[in-house]
Amino acid sequence: MNESQKAFLDGVRAEIPLLIGVFPFGMIYGALALNAGLSVFASQMMSSIVFAGSAQFITAQLVQDSAPGFVIILTIAVVNLRHMLYSASLAPYLKHLSTKWKFLLSYLLTDEAYAPTALHYEEKGVTSNGHWFLLGAGISLWTIWQVSTALGIFLGARIPEELPLDFALPLTFIAMLVPILKKRPMIAAALSAGTTALLAYSLPFKLGLILAALVGIIVGTVLERRIFPKGML
Amino acid sequence: MLIGGLITFGLRFSLIYLFGRFEVPETMRRALHYVPPAVLSAIIVPELLIRDGSVSLSLENIRLLAGIIAIITAWVSRNTLLTILTGMAALLIIGWL
Repeated sequence: MNESQKAFLDGVRAEIPLLIGVFPFGMIYGALALNAGLSVFASQMMSSIVFAGSAQFITAQLVQDSAPGFVIILTIAVVNLRHMLYSASLAPYLKHLSTKWKFLLSYLLTDEAYAPTALHYEEKGVTSNGHWFLLGAGISLWTIWQVSTALGIFLGARIPEELPLDFALPLTFIAMLVPILKKRPMIAAALSAGTTALLAYSLPFKLGLILAALVGIIVGTVLERRIFPKGML
Repeated sequence: MLIGGLITFGLRFSLIYLFGRFEVPETMRRALHYVPPAVLSAIIVPELLIRDGSVSLSLENIRLLAGIIAIITAWVSRNTLLTILTGMAALLIIGWL
């Protein structure tokens, strides 16, 4: 097995725990979208074309409320603003790639593909085949998202209440976050972001998440400057 | 829907593309290291603490309890699979008690 294949499989492997949590969401989305009045085709295509969980849920809701098209589009844009942060964060590691690769990887850049990839890149630095990791994580997520949406559309969301599979998602994020909290600026970034997220929870369209992320990033960067003023990090 | 897809793609592509063409300033590069912890924490904390639309710090919030157990497990073991299994088991057991 060559290095690229290995990186690809590492990406798939890192994504697996997230897939468990994503699966019920896909099914719920499929059932909801159909219920909201989207056609079978439109419901499935949303998952293939837009490929962004929270934006899809909100779109289904807006369609049900018969919101005008430009409101839906504007909402999708705001809800997905956070992806610009992800885009910026991964850019240094994908710099050397061709535009074709950048196109493909951007399309696959969801929250769940971003998280394991960002941590992998932080650990390994810039490598010549790191993009295969993101491809592995992204494609496995994409596939599961299509399958779970289809199941939700055709079966309805039949997930037993006693099996809270959706909790696998925050648990995986916990497993990713805790090990990187080594230096004080990192801890401060996480704490301030978490607190802000709570305070700003009532903001619509995931704006609370963006605000919280920005606060965390600023706190971390400012503290790093204080503690390691000459770029010792 | 197509437009929604295009916008989503555009947002994801924007900075990967721009930062590929221009040199990223040093401060910006440092700041970007804090995107993962900040984003992860901003996702996790409300997941654990917000129940039915408001902050719940009580012992009845079983997701918070299971989450704390998962955080401790992650801290001690640094093992993803073990953290998820322990957190899931904790949620089921506490919920069942």
